[in-house]
Amino acid sequence: MTTPSENVGYHARRSARWHWGEAAFWIALVGCGLLFPSRYLIMTEILRLGLFALSLDLILGYAGIVSLGHAAFFGVGAYCAGLMALHGIVNEPLLALVVAGLVAGVLGLATSMLVIRGVDLTRLMVTLGIALLLEALAERFSNITGGTDGLQGITMQPLLGLFEFDIFGKVGFWYTLAVLFVLFVLARRIVHSPFGLSLRAIRNNPLRAAAVGIPVNARLVAVYTLAAVYAGIAGALFTQTTQLASLDVFSFERSADLILVLVLGGTGYLYGGLVGAVIFKILQETFSTLTPQYWLFWIGLVLVVIVMIGRERLERWVFFLPNLVMRTFRSAKAGGAK
Amino acid sequence: MTYALQTIGLDKHFGGLHVTRNLSLNIAPGARHALIGPNGAGKTTVINQLTGVLKSNSGRILLEGEDITALPVHRRVLRGLSRTFQINQLYADLTPLETIGLAVSERSGHGHDWWRRMGTRSDINDEIAENLARFKLLDVMNEPTGRLPYGKQRLLEIAVAIATKPRVLLLDEPAAGVPESERHDILAAVANLPRDVTVLLIEHDMDLVFSFADRISVLVAGALLTEGPPDEVARDPQVKAVYLGEDANV
Repeated sequence: MTTPSENVGYHARRSARWHWGEAAFWIALVGCGLLFPSRYLIMTEILRLGLFALSLDLILGYAGIVSLGHAAFFGVGAYCAGLMALHGIVNEPLLALVVAGLVAGVLGLATSMLVIRGVDLTRLMVTLGIALLLEALAERFSNITGGTDGLQGITMQPLLGLFEFDIFGKVGFWYTLAVLFVLFVLARRIVHSPFGLSLRAIRNNPLRAAAVGIPVNARLVAVYTLAAVYAGIAGALFTQTTQLASLDVFSFERSADLILVLVLGGTGYLYGGLVGAVIFKILQETFSTLTPQYWLFWIGLVLVVIVMIGRERLERWVFFLPNLVMRTFRSAKAGGAK
Repeated sequence: MTYALQTIGLDKHFGGLHVTRNLSLNIAPGARHALIGPNGAGKTTVINQLTGVLKSNSGRILLEGEDITALPVHRRVLRGLSRTFQINQLYADLTPLETIGLAVSERSGHGHDWWRRMGTRSDINDEIAENLARFKLLDVMNEPTGRLPYGKQRLLEIAVAIATKPRVLLLDEPAAGVPESERHDILAAVANLPRDVTVLLIEHDMDLVFSFADRISVLVAGALLTEGPPDEVARDPQVKAVYLGEDANV
């Protein structure tokens, strides 16, 4: 006989339990790495985009903060990692990754005060403004950033002093996958904590959240800073695995694509960014081989279709088909039992 | 004597509109105090001032003798001043379990805990279960709140407020909009609130006010018209005039 309290505990922990589908997802990622050694570069790109989108999901899907300038943190992380490698400030890539994340986090903390105030439109404009500002600054201080040419001649030291980055991107892929997995597990832990639950409450109704004693602003600052760290790490991974850092890391297109990725994958369940990144890259590859000049047209069309079919629950349109199948299956079973 | 909740000369202007006028309320510890008044008397504004949603233009608010006038909303809740909402402000896609869990976590200081999962602290689970049981919500604790019958949602509304362990509870029209069949549960829940919690009831429904309150303040045009025990207020010619006047206009 379970007591009500044990029952409460059981159900409270239920959503945090690992689902077999999640295990399958990660095994599939590892499997891809083993099966397609010739595709390391594109797969690394997908993982990195997935991590970047995970960062946006933390603020958009959980706390309800919209952003059109998430590339600001990606860019800061990217340049940070590039400069550290170029000038030999921090040579070990993993350590440099952590430093780049922290620098982006500091920027996130500093700008969070501007962002959390106001309504969605204000937030869109402020985030967009910050990213544009940074892009302009990077261009202005071209003696540091290399201006429009970007940082030239970055060479990465071996990872942990052991693994040399190779031209096929093998080390880069496994490195990115490992970082993504660790950060994913951390994010998963966080969203199932009381802190994570309070974020969902704030997204639902900030007025109500304050009325149960939740310090709304402090929580938003915390999650915005965390998301900045994640985006910074994604940016640093970009520089480390491509040995490039140019002005387009800050570009508006990068922020806008990110929202597309998250809409494609769905918000508020953490896998949206990863699923979205896979879909986005596949679409991009397919359409740009079919019609190199007009692939954006097809992406636009897909987007419109998604919005049309998933109107009621845009954030989870990915589940539209599986749910439909499940429902049909169940009702068929119920019908057969009669 | 230290009042549970006291306002001293509270004022609120919206532009040229003077909504709350020099309002001084004294609410004794453990009281069942009702704040009534005709439509447009400014009751909602007073609640928003008390809870900190609106900043007062002048005047002070004391909770158990401590000045809370400058505190933000959530700090007042943690000090022991909670409210229920008249219109549904519950989290539609959170379950009652999660909703109560949030309130209990914040109250016990674990709300910023980002590493421990929900449901792993037995003291918090106990408290959640206790609150759900008290308001007969255990059997629906895993349903999304938005799908609960309206009466259950109103019960959850009170349950959340109680889960913050308030010293003073502001009840804003707890039975508004509840169908007759579910009304009894709400009234019973209101009547069975812990005696050590001071309650300020803001209500339109005179039956509920006179069956519940041991003291009534009448608010008219943002100012206090009169205050006293229910029978005295009921006999007051000024109060009669206000309510009859309102009725006559209908």
